[in-house]
Amino acid sequence: MPAVSKGDGMRGLAVFISDIRNCKSKEAEIKRINKELANIRSKFKGDKALDGYSKKKYVCKLLFIFLLGHDIDFGHMEAVNLLSSNRYTEKQIGYLFISVLVNSNSELIRLINNAIKNDLASRNPTFMGLALHCIANVGSREMAEAFAGEIPKILVAGDTMDSVKQSAALCLLRLYRTSPDFVPMGDWTSRVVHLLNDQHLGVVTAATSLITTLAQKNPEEFKTSVSLAVSRLSRIVTSASTDLQDYTYYFVPAPWLSVKLLRLLQCYPPPEDAAVRGRLTECLETILNKAQEPPKSKKVQHSNAKNAVLFEAISLIIHHDSEPNLLVRACNQLGQFLQHRETNLRYLALESMCTLASSEFSHEAVKTHIETVINALKTERDVSVRQRAVDLLYAMCDRSNAQQIVAEMLNYLETADYSIREEIVLKVAILAEKYAVDYTWYVDTILNLIRIAGDYVSEEVWYRVIQIVINRDDVQGYAAKTVFEALQAPACHENLVKVGGYILGEFGNLIAGDPRSSPLIQFNLLHSKFHLCSVPTRALLLSTYIKFVNLFPEIKTTIQDVLRSDSQLKNADVELQQRAVEYLRLSTIASTDILATVLEEMPPFPERESSILAKLKKKKGPGTVTDLEEIKKERNSDVNGGTESTAVNASTVSTPSPSADLLGLGAAPLTSSAPPPSSTGSLLVDVFSDSASVVAPLAPGSEDNFASPDLASSEVVSEEPADTVHDADELIHKFVCKNNGVLFENQLLQIGLKSEFRQNLGRMFIFYGNKTSTQFLNFTPTLIFNFFLLNNLSRLNLQTKPVDPTVDGGAQVQQVVNIECISDFMEAPILNIQFRYGGTFQNISVKLPITLNKFFQPTEMASQDFFQRWKQLSNPQQEMQNIFKAKHPMDTEITKAKIIGFGSALLEEVDPNPANFVGAGIIHTKTTQIGCLLRLEPNLQAQMYRLTLRTSKETVSQRLCELLSEQF
Amino acid sequence: MRFMLLFSRQGKLRLQKWYLATSDKEKKKMVRELMQVVLARKPKMCSFLEWRDLKVVYKRYASLYFCCAIEGQDNELITLELIHRYVELLDKYFGSVCELDIIFNFEKAYFILDEFLMGGEIQDTSKKSVLKAIEQADLLQEEDESPRSVLEEMGLA
Repeated sequence: MPAVSKGDGMRGLAVFISDIRNCKSKEAEIKRINKELANIRSKFKGDKALDGYSKKKYVCKLLFIFLLGHDIDFGHMEAVNLLSSNRYTEKQIGYLFISVLVNSNSELIRLINNAIKNDLASRNPTFMGLALHCIANVGSREMAEAFAGEIPKILVAGDTMDSVKQSAALCLLRLYRTSPDFVPMGDWTSRVVHLLNDQHLGVVTAATSLITTLAQKNPEEFKTSVSLAVSRLSRIVTSASTDLQDYTYYFVPAPWLSVKLLRLLQCYPPPEDAAVRGRLTECLETILNKAQEPPKSKKVQHSNAKNAVLFEAISLIIHHDSEPNLLVRACNQLGQFLQHRETNLRYLALESMCTLASSEFSHEAVKTHIETVINALKTERDVSVRQRAVDLLYAMCDRSNAQQIVAEMLNYLETADYSIREEIVLKVAILAEKYAVDYTWYVDTILNLIRIAGDYVSEEVWYRVIQIVINRDDVQGYAAKTVFEALQAPACHENLVKVGGYILGEFGNLIAGDPRSSPLIQFNLLHSKFHLCSVPTRALLLSTYIKFVNLFPEIKTTIQDVLRSDSQLKNADVELQQRAVEYLRLSTIASTDILATVLEEMPPFPERESSILAKLKKKKGPGTVTDLEEIKKERNSDVNGGTESTAVNASTVSTPSPSADLLGLGAAPLTSSAPPPSSTGSLLVDVFSDSASVVAPLAPGSEDNFASPDLASSEVVSEEPADTVHDADELIHKFVCKNNGVLFENQLLQIGLKSEFRQNLGRMFIFYGNKTSTQFLNFTPTLIFNFFLLNNLSRLNLQTKPVDPTVDGGAQVQQVVNIECISDFMEAPILNIQFRYGGTFQNISVKLPITLNKFFQPTEMASQDFFQRWKQLSNPQQEMQNIFKAKHPMDTEITKAKIIGFGSALLEEVDPNPANFVGAGIIHTKTTQIGCLLRLEPNLQAQMYRLTLRTSKETVSQRLCELLSEQF
Repeated sequence: MRFMLLFSRQGKLRLQKWYLATSDKEKKKMVRELMQVVLARKPKMCSFLEWRDLKVVYKRYASLYFCCAIEGQDNELITLELIHRYVELLDKYFGSVCELDIIFNFEKAYFILDEFLMGGEIQDTSKKSVLKAIEQADLLQEEDESPRSVLEEMGLA
């Protein structure tokens, strides 16, 4: 045990710590701790009142145990008692315990707040300091509410001591970060700004932090701080290294304060006042000059502190982005650091240059360092530095150096660390697309990517190359030839098989004239990979084969033989089997014309933000992916140019039929008007039926291909903020317990719904209202219930009549959707609406709230019956339970209404506990009926619910539980 | 600054200070994850790394790692020196500080850190004023304490 050096405290604590350290095993440690906990508990519970010292000691032991990683569930009260002690050390330990261990136990917070209030009012600076520290450490909203009004007063009061001022400033900063709403702006703000002139540099440092945080949200209020900060900074940078005494750190005058002042200035544009601006420029120049002076000390602390100020000054120069001279000097300085022997400086230089690359004044200057950066990529031993080098290459890339940078990145990819490969793949894919002047180069680059790092090529990347090939007819022939050649390799990555399969299925005909790539050779080549591929890829290849039947009638029989083989027709995988069966049938019975229509070449994709870019942004967080606008512009002009309007689907073409019997929905009106397809053959029926809701021609691929990822990232083209399908899950929840309402609304369009369901059938009226005074053209709503999706396989049948493609300003049109539930389903269908408004193309996707519970029929039953059935459904798979926090006030009547709205019967006097709710009903689908029982147990005290669903089918229990849990 | 951790080469956490409310579960997860990342790094590597959405600045002093998580716009180098200043403060207070001092006087390590940093921002950069505050507190402590018997200290009385 080392001698405790100062302010000797608690021997008992030291003994305990020694004991713990001497424990030979984790078990022994736990045993010792449990013994101690029992001891402390008995002391706290004992009859004998503990004196302050013992309390302090035990609380301290508890704290130590907690810091070892064990849970502590008592002692809080004793710690709070210590707060009101008059002895400094007891108070101090009490506050420490609270700071480290407090939870939002409201009872306790009130007591703590009381103690804090007393200490703040004590006018004893040490006690005030402790109280302020405690507030800053806990920083909860309750504390903000109690003290946010008080602290500014302490901060600006004339008689407050400097040390208390410092604490008050940072305490307020902490509260402002978590609860800005409780911190009132007022007269005190101008007095805080003047703290920048304070004599005491510690006060200035703390105040600068506070002002910076406040100024970010209230720039107007703190505008006067700019000139004060500049003059303060100027005094510091021109001071001799000893002027500031203890605030000089290794010969650098007040480095922390300098950095903070430079940070504060980054909340504002360059100063308008010419004198202030001139003075600031002088400061920045002085800082840049000092970097060239010989160091005043060899210690790393000296150079670190000096360079900390320098980097912050460079950040400010980049932020202002207005003085070309300073920007170029900054760039040169960073260029020197790129080759510095200190790894830290090389890292920071690369990072800082990244932002410099986006300034038009310095972009060219940054580019001159390209060789150094490429060299860093090859020679740096630290992966985090190499990562910065990749980022910088990405940032400095433009048309002039794209080929070199992409080549270097591809080169590096061969040996790159696994942790950053995916990111590099995304970056290469984006650069290749953005700066492609020559599409053959683009296609080559992506195929190279797949070859080098196939495992790291995410779906977004290969979807994108296909989108681009489909949209650019001048590259299709080359793409077909290139993938054909790449597929010759004996071992090629599965992603290449996917791209190859898709592209040859669409454009194999463009190279079929060459006897070396005749239809049969193409087919045999692809089929040679078939057996090595995963199910989704094989599914995609089957679609390629059926496309070949249309492209190359001469190999139809070969393909039919393959489809007919047992390994296809009797495949254990239901998706593969179904495709084989249906494609075989399609190829046998359909005429050439029908085949040509169904298997027509894919139409161009609607233009949208590259999903790769979206993915990179997601990976790196917003803000790190720069010049998005530019990428968009460039892509518009070359890669995807002029393709936006054609992505219309052929699903809906006749006039709307006014349907009046919303409420008179017959028992089975659908079956008479349009016979629903049988469940096994639905794909074929859908394909042939002219009113079917199929989108576009048959795409060679499963849901893994296009429909879902593209819709999911439908951050579409228009100036309207994109409405992603994802957000629309909220909408789904809104409609779970009701059938009518507004589904979607933006500045242009409102979509309203009215619907009714009976047994397994339903009818939905969709109302599209044009909110503008301008016509919508090419107005095309499309329903997408992806029957390729395995889960959804023919589970819901949607039929609709199309609407008029022109919607006049202010007009409303309606569309009727007839719905049949074939079997239970999870996903809701998607409603995609495309139209032209003014000159722009609009694309909106929302989920249509057709959820499984809509096919509920209530069932009344007595208590006895209910529990008998409840017991019968006792298999663990049949039950689904969810315990969740109430999102809405727990009101009995509302809850009842929601359960009824959900579709089940609400059974009264069934549950022995009257506070619980039970319900029963039957889900009707065409194939089967599923009995469902539900029980909802509210716990008012905890504001929680427990919801239990029991049905005869696992997926149904799961889905109903998901849907209903969101309602309370 | 979001948080500061002190841990040993063996992965034992010696001190943790959080400047943003975080649940205990999340804290444990972050500590475990970050220790793993930092301990895996080699001596000559750079002191900064990106971790989750934060920047991590760390430095090793003898057997102890000092590790700060800061936000995107914060200055890495000045954070590195902030760590150094804290080490200097500990050193001055304990007199050539070692890991054991921090283990046995963890509460002092917290008090010193609290005098130096508050809400994740530096409160005073002057070594003198921080130490003065701590020494004043120690003086108060000594005045407080009356001598006690050894038995009492051991909790045996």
